[in-house]
Amino acid sequence: MQKINEAKLAKRKKQNQFIAFWIFRLLSYSIIAVLFIILSFIIIKGISAVNWDFISKMPEDGMTKGGILPAIIGTLCLVAGSIIFAFPVGVLAAIYMNEYMKDSIIKKLIKQMTDNLAGIPSIVFGLFGMALFVNKLGIGDSILAGSLTLGLLVLPIVIRTTEESLKAVDTTFRHASLGLGASKWQTTRRVVLPIAFPNIITGLILSIGRVSGETAPILFTVAAYFLPKLPTSIFDQTMALPYHLYVVSTSGTNIEESRPIAYGTALVLILLVLIANLLANGLRKYFGKKVKMN
Amino acid sequence: MITSLTVVLIVFFLFKEGIGVFNKKPIEDGYVVTINKNNPVKNISSESIKDIYDQKITYWNQLGGTPDSIILFRLEDISNYYTDEQIGENFEGLANCINRLVDSLPNIIAFFPEKYLAPDFNGHNLNISKITLSEFLIGKEWFPTAQPVAQLGVMPLILGTLWVSLGAILIALPLGLAAAIFMSEIAKDKVRNIMKPLIELLAGIPSVVYGFFGLVVIVPLIQKTFDLPVGETGLAGSIILAIMALPTIITISEDAMRNTPRAVKEASLALGASKWQTIYKVVIPYSVSGISAGAILGIGRAIGETMAVLMVTGNAAVIPHTILAPVRTIPATIAAELGEAPNGGLHYKALFALGCILFIITLFINLTVGFISNKKKHNNH
Amino acid sequence: MYKIESKNVDFFYGTFRALKNINIAIKANTVTALIGPSGCGKSTYLRLFNRMNDLIDETRITGNIFIDGKDIYAKGVNIDSLRKNVGMVFQKPNPFPKTIFENVAYGLRVNGVTDKKIIQERVETSIKLVALWDEVKDKLKKSAFELSGGQQQRLCIARALAIQPSVILMDEPTSALDPISTAKIEELIYELKTQYTIVIVTHNMQQAGRVSDTTAFFYMGELIEHDKTKIIFTNPKHERTQNYITGRFG
Repeated sequence: MQKINEAKLAKRKKQNQFIAFWIFRLLSYSIIAVLFIILSFIIIKGISAVNWDFISKMPEDGMTKGGILPAIIGTLCLVAGSIIFAFPVGVLAAIYMNEYMKDSIIKKLIKQMTDNLAGIPSIVFGLFGMALFVNKLGIGDSILAGSLTLGLLVLPIVIRTTEESLKAVDTTFRHASLGLGASKWQTTRRVVLPIAFPNIITGLILSIGRVSGETAPILFTVAAYFLPKLPTSIFDQTMALPYHLYVVSTSGTNIEESRPIAYGTALVLILLVLIANLLANGLRKYFGKKVKMN
Repeated sequence: MITSLTVVLIVFFLFKEGIGVFNKKPIEDGYVVTINKNNPVKNISSESIKDIYDQKITYWNQLGGTPDSIILFRLEDISNYYTDEQIGENFEGLANCINRLVDSLPNIIAFFPEKYLAPDFNGHNLNISKITLSEFLIGKEWFPTAQPVAQLGVMPLILGTLWVSLGAILIALPLGLAAAIFMSEIAKDKVRNIMKPLIELLAGIPSVVYGFFGLVVIVPLIQKTFDLPVGETGLAGSIILAIMALPTIITISEDAMRNTPRAVKEASLALGASKWQTIYKVVIPYSVSGISAGAILGIGRAIGETMAVLMVTGNAAVIPHTILAPVRTIPATIAAELGEAPNGGLHYKALFALGCILFIITLFINLTVGFISNKKKHNNH
Repeated sequence: MYKIESKNVDFFYGTFRALKNINIAIKANTVTALIGPSGCGKSTYLRLFNRMNDLIDETRITGNIFIDGKDIYAKGVNIDSLRKNVGMVFQKPNPFPKTIFENVAYGLRVNGVTDKKIIQERVETSIKLVALWDEVKDKLKKSAFELSGGQQQRLCIARALAIQPSVILMDEPTSALDPISTAKIEELIYELKTQYTIVIVTHNMQQAGRVSDTTAFFYMGELIEHDKTKIIFTNPKHERTQNYITGRFG
């Protein structure tokens, strides 16, 4: 029989565990540190560039001076456009899939397709948007084409979050309503949707965050390199924050001089995403508590 | 339904445009390449034509012909041979001049617009073959704007993409696993509740911001550290992609680890195993399919990422040999070149073909992950 | 000298007092059944013997538990060694995602045994002890998930036996099994008691009657009575015990 010194063994096990856990702890904290480095870097460098003029004026002097108003407006237009398209379509699709469809191979296939769509790289969406909306349908580079492309990109997110929030609604609610003689649609509209609503909105806000930061899909469908005027119709081209950041930091007329503009743009962009994320998280917590209290 | 329709539409348009690349000759529309009719060389591959014009091939015998040096002719060279009068004010004599020139110089190779091809042309009009799928896939040179013949080999781009993504995953996987283990098994609930939204935030930062951060912080850092002429390298791309792939890896692996049944963990502890032994001997094997799904999705995210990579990798379309050299990935190529590629042209179609490759890779990754998680469900029942 | 002694044990989840002043003494090489309605604290009590409740945050124990005369909650006690000495079998079969062989070898490996011959020998002995050897000897390299539920549970018992404990805790070990597998496990318990001291939690009165020497009846965190199984089942001192047992039988 192998002789084992139990006290020694226990000590060794403890030591190994101590070392391993500290390594994991440090690595985890270093990831969080990276996040804070990125955020604080952009905030510190960007804060001096951002002022009222910066967000309310047109770019000037080959984008080395002036503001980023058209990019902000452009991004807001794209967010609005894509959400107007993707939100109703996505929510309806999710309701149909979750409330009306029976489990079958077709449903599974559709689910797989939704997953696949979510996995397609955004640049491929850009290619597709260019081929279909810009060229085939002849819409041209425009807010409409860009919004549709971005809408398709976030569609799987809307569908998935809506589906999850519908699934989280306890079946007993449905049975209770159906038991009272309500029709399926009445049940869905009056019982299921109101309960699922907060989570659906959370999904919506997350999609807004995603849309406002996407660059690749708008490269060839809407984004203008330099267009110091505000869009007047959905068939106009427009500047957009993420694309503007890309342009200013890599291919502007004078990269060194336009660095402050780049930092400022990055800050505005990150604030937009940050607010969307915080809002979504806050909502989730707020409603999560409210539901539990009942 | 709508998603399936979208996928089908994407496939349709992508492949319709992408396959077009194989129906076009890799020579500029309306141009021809001709040689003297007595030249024993009758067929020249498009790669060789490019090498000739790059003066890498300078003697005909390198192509199996006579041991004479090759005379290059481009349209602008015409004034070396003929006077303006001979050519004519509106180039009406040009076709004739070229005809005579090609006929008189046995070692010439001439590249000019087809409209100046005389009806009684005496030379041999080279047949430029359409690009084949295998040439496209294993070609070692990507130079779609090369004259006279575009080079459309995607191998350097595919390798560049894999190279950068592989580097990213090598950095991200250990970090991500460590964080997933920490969050699911070690950290107190309080710490976990703070970390989780922060990791989500990391996923929410737009890729162009990562690219910008990489450009102004990581690229100069790499340049200084390794004393390089440029800091835009595969390594910079890998680092940025690693940060971007982390949330995917962490979230999915953590989920998998938390799904390890409590009873199994307790069984291990009840046998006298320490918490750490339980983690690496039981929890990790139990969640290995979830962990691999996370890793694969992380790779998928890295492969498809465009803007960040475009901004920090330097975009040199050469087969990478070291992580400290510039590389170019498929998505970055599409983003960088589509704006300049004429609509419907060969270059345009080639970029769509790249999109097809990217689509197939990511589809394959998604199906693999679906397969893994299905298998997992099956095992648990 | 008793194998296990519990003196004035109170146990708290936060402020909730889950166990109230439990005093039990258990002799070596006996089977003790812990019975009682759901939530009465019997499982919680069982998990005190190998300090499994330590894993749950905000729990507290007062009083003492002695195994072989040593207070297992005293300062400086080596929990790993305690758990090596006090094996545990759980409600549902819970094999590790490893081969059949590695499942049984696990306890040896984590406790520092590296000698291959010893591991081989101990795995074989343990699997033979639970009468599983003939069924698995040709597929030791196969995943433990390929076994049936009853086989898996016997494998889990073998896994506990491999590190040669002297006490075995069983938390409703047959609740997830069919009658035939249950009968096999009960038979096994009967055989094992010649070498081990066994404490078993069960919901199944007949099972308690069949396998145990003494039975302890828990109700609302209190030990109502602990006596020879025969007495508990035929002539309990307390009315509650009587009601519970007859209620279950009827």
